[in-house]
Amino acid sequence: MDNNHFLTGWGLSLMVFLPLAGALVMMLIPKVEEHLLKLVALGASLGSAAVGIAVLADFDYDGAGELQFVVNKAWIEVISSRFIVGIDGLSVPLVALTLLITPLVIIYSWNHFPEPHNPKAFLILVLVLHTGMLGTFVAQDLILFFVFFEIVLLPMYFMIGVWGGEERQYAAIKFFLYTLFGSALMIVSFLAVFFVTGGESFSMVDLAQGVADRNAAGDLALSTQVLIFGGMFMGFGIKVPMFPFHTWLPDAHTQAPTQGSVILAAVLLKLGTYGFIRVALFILPEAAVEWAPWIGLLAVIGIIYGALGCLAQTDMKRLIAFSSVAHMGFVMLGIATLTDFGLNAAVFGMVAHGLITGMLFFVAGSVKERFHTLEIKRLGGLLLQAPKMGWILGFCIMASLGLPGLAGFWGEFPAILSAYNPGAGLPEETFRTYMVIAAVGTVLAAGYLLWLFQRTAFGTPSEEFADEHIDDVHVTEWIAWVPMLALILVLGIYPNLIFQVTDPVMTAMGDTFQALGT
Amino acid sequence: MLAFLLQQGTPFLEPKVDFHALAPEIVLVGAIVVVLLADLFTPESSRGIVPSIAGIGLLAATVPVLTLALDGVDRAMFGGAYAVDNFSLVLKAMFLLAGYVVVLLSTNYIAEGDYAEGEYYFLLLSSILGMTVMASSRDLVSIFVALELLSIPAYMLAGWRKRDLRGNEAGVKYYLMGVFASAVMLYGMSLLFGLTGSTLLADIGAAVAGPDTTPFITLGIVLVVIGFGFKVSAVPFHTWAPDTYEGAPTPITAFLAVSSKAAGFVALLQLILIAFPARHDVVEPLMWLLAALTMTVGNLIALRQTNIVRLLAYSGVAQAGFMLAPLAVVGTNPAGAGRAVITYLLIYTAMNLGAFAVVLAVARKTRSAEISSWGGLFEYAPGLTVLMTVFLFSLAGIPPLGGWLAKFVVFRALLQPDLTAGGVTLAVVVGVNSVIALYYYANIAKEMWMKPVPDGDRTPVRVPFSLSAALAISVVVTVAFGVSNLATRFGDLALFVST
Repeated sequence: MDNNHFLTGWGLSLMVFLPLAGALVMMLIPKVEEHLLKLVALGASLGSAAVGIAVLADFDYDGAGELQFVVNKAWIEVISSRFIVGIDGLSVPLVALTLLITPLVIIYSWNHFPEPHNPKAFLILVLVLHTGMLGTFVAQDLILFFVFFEIVLLPMYFMIGVWGGEERQYAAIKFFLYTLFGSALMIVSFLAVFFVTGGESFSMVDLAQGVADRNAAGDLALSTQVLIFGGMFMGFGIKVPMFPFHTWLPDAHTQAPTQGSVILAAVLLKLGTYGFIRVALFILPEAAVEWAPWIGLLAVIGIIYGALGCLAQTDMKRLIAFSSVAHMGFVMLGIATLTDFGLNAAVFGMVAHGLITGMLFFVAGSVKERFHTLEIKRLGGLLLQAPKMGWILGFCIMASLGLPGLAGFWGEFPAILSAYNPGAGLPEETFRTYMVIAAVGTVLAAGYLLWLFQRTAFGTPSEEFADEHIDDVHVTEWIAWVPMLALILVLGIYPNLIFQVTDPVMTAMGDTFQALGT
Repeated sequence: MLAFLLQQGTPFLEPKVDFHALAPEIVLVGAIVVVLLADLFTPESSRGIVPSIAGIGLLAATVPVLTLALDGVDRAMFGGAYAVDNFSLVLKAMFLLAGYVVVLLSTNYIAEGDYAEGEYYFLLLSSILGMTVMASSRDLVSIFVALELLSIPAYMLAGWRKRDLRGNEAGVKYYLMGVFASAVMLYGMSLLFGLTGSTLLADIGAAVAGPDTTPFITLGIVLVVIGFGFKVSAVPFHTWAPDTYEGAPTPITAFLAVSSKAAGFVALLQLILIAFPARHDVVEPLMWLLAALTMTVGNLIALRQTNIVRLLAYSGVAQAGFMLAPLAVVGTNPAGAGRAVITYLLIYTAMNLGAFAVVLAVARKTRSAEISSWGGLFEYAPGLTVLMTVFLFSLAGIPPLGGWLAKFVVFRALLQPDLTAGGVTLAVVVGVNSVIALYYYANIAKEMWMKPVPDGDRTPVRVPFSLSAALAISVVVTVAFGVSNLATRFGDLALFVST
């Protein structure tokens, strides 16, 4: 009981700030103690994971629709912002994903540090990122959410800019400026919501209640809500990224070091889609109904555009990056339907994309390390030279194209299906058209992914690498990859693992939209 | 005869002097005297004692500020011309602590250069004394006296590198522009006095609210505001700033960019909130225009700078624009605007002093202020690089560093409950400018983290103790302001209008 009491009060905060504490400890350790530094970083991330697992084990899954482990403490009273954290069924899968990915990234880094090496700075950045990502998923106060949402910017900027590829400086500043532009409009929207609800609290629950009250009284113009939603749309839409704000993504993903790409793909993009559900849809449901057809349109454009972009790529990593645009399109399509079915699919899609695309970037990183190139036409015959890695790549590609039985299927297929029957008040014909377009997108996805696999893994090694000895999967790679591969399989066979956690929250949300539309 | 005259005139009323209320200034005057004497009577070899005395004097002066704050009683003297309340106490504490950091920045710079040391600290303390007086001035005359007390020593300090042509230019330019601004302001003040019959801000406030307003009052208000526009380097009155900043000794540049600018804002706040609250029809459009121009022009010119001191000068111009912005809605939201300006000032002081401290530390090795000389700093001075990164991104307004809260309170003031067209449009201008500003701040970060060392010289930078102390103070305050409610609490305490 005592133990539970401790977890209830401190569990989430400890989980969020333990990596930051680890980063502070690392600052005091001299640069030459590389081994110690790696151990501290791993320890901090595993410690955070241990606390997180204890919290998740104690989580009441029957009541997943309610916020749990809520802590509500004074923070910056003058601006009415409080330190409110808590998790519900929507946060749990994403917190779990983050807790898994960061330690694996640190393990993968063990002897894969990109140039200019410097494990100390690199791992400190990873830990700061970890705190920012976890904090975003547990914050229940808009200002706290905003702070955590922005904390991830700086470490990612430096990770791309210092440890990235040839065009790293351009990619880093592009990523930074794009995201900050969205954030500036987003904070203005947050303030506007705050003031239209009476200017008393930044708690998301209070704000949603405030907007609902004013809607019930009928004294809040729909156009105001639509405008406020627009500001949030810019902030989250750039992060996702949605077409046409996606242009930072191929540059950032391609130029980032492997670890950066993995974190970007696996978790950072989810901050945007999570924000859509947690903040924009939750607080402004009426405006969401107005926006939904447009979000759906941009989502399907993203699906097709991303797929066509993939077909035009000559670089393996850039191809995977463009495939993210397409996959996030499916997630956004699920969200745009405003049904519990679509929203559940969206959350599943986030986790699945995190695992699968994260794995693809890991493999791409290892391929690059061995061949010193990712140009598709120079590669080939991976299955001959490094069969295990080749098969892992094949497995991930199958998962990514949505093969039933693997995780990717449960994100894409229900999202497409949900568009057949969108939420009340949404134009059915439009969404059914979207459904058809999205389905075409899956065919294109199969096309570019299989094409990638065929060109890189089949055939015989190209002449320049024919006589070279290529190492197969290393021990650290096995440790980092096996949990992700296993999860892709497990989630594919038993998707209920996530659906049953998210369903209570999404049912409640779906009911809200249903009530609005009828 | 004399006795007769005395009998005829009104009896001399001895002004009530509250020595407790004046204690911070008295301690400071004492420190100034001791600094002068110490310089006179200590041998050349032990001059190192002078900065220590100056620093201790500044810290000692914060003690009565604390006791006054704990006492919690608002005091007014000289018929209301001099007030000691929470507003003045918070700002006095800020000026004293910022002054202390400037002394820390100066210690090695002045001792190692070919400079007169005793006089330097004497003038610096005098200028700080003027600022503490400014925080209490509620009368046109005392405001003007405080302004000259803080400006005249600053003119001399700006030209302290007297064997350097740029130093001469810095001093002369600053002096001429400053005197010109004083003249404009005095003309405005005399108009206000002539039309309202009083120099007390509160009386002027009551008089200009009356029904019979003449356009000359408007002229008076505009001229006074323009006078302080020079002080806070608002566009188009900013032209002195970059040249003066570049030519002055770097610690003085920090002093001008932070303390002197803050003093201008303090005076503006008192004038706008006490003397002109009824005339927001004049103040608001004027401030809107000044703020939008200042931040946009400052940022656009900053984009092209290659010298870090000039870059910080223009970034300081842009930051002044952010601070002016809330005053554009002062009519509908005086409390919010006042709070935003004070909070911004507190945070800006910490982060900008920190940035200058790093510039000073790095220049000790590179002997240059060109941004290109900062290449690869991370390789040989990781600590300084991380600190500079903190200060730069705080200036850019990235959470969780202090600057984000400063920007946030500005947004909050502009988007007050009853949205005004002026407020919303200015908020968008602030938002766009924040993104532009990020570009040049990130550019310096790029140079430090991602570029190679230009001359291959990787010897570590030796940071003297006093600079390390200044850096430590700045970084702790910058981060603490960002993640806690300290700055906003002070901003709230300091609010002396309750509407």
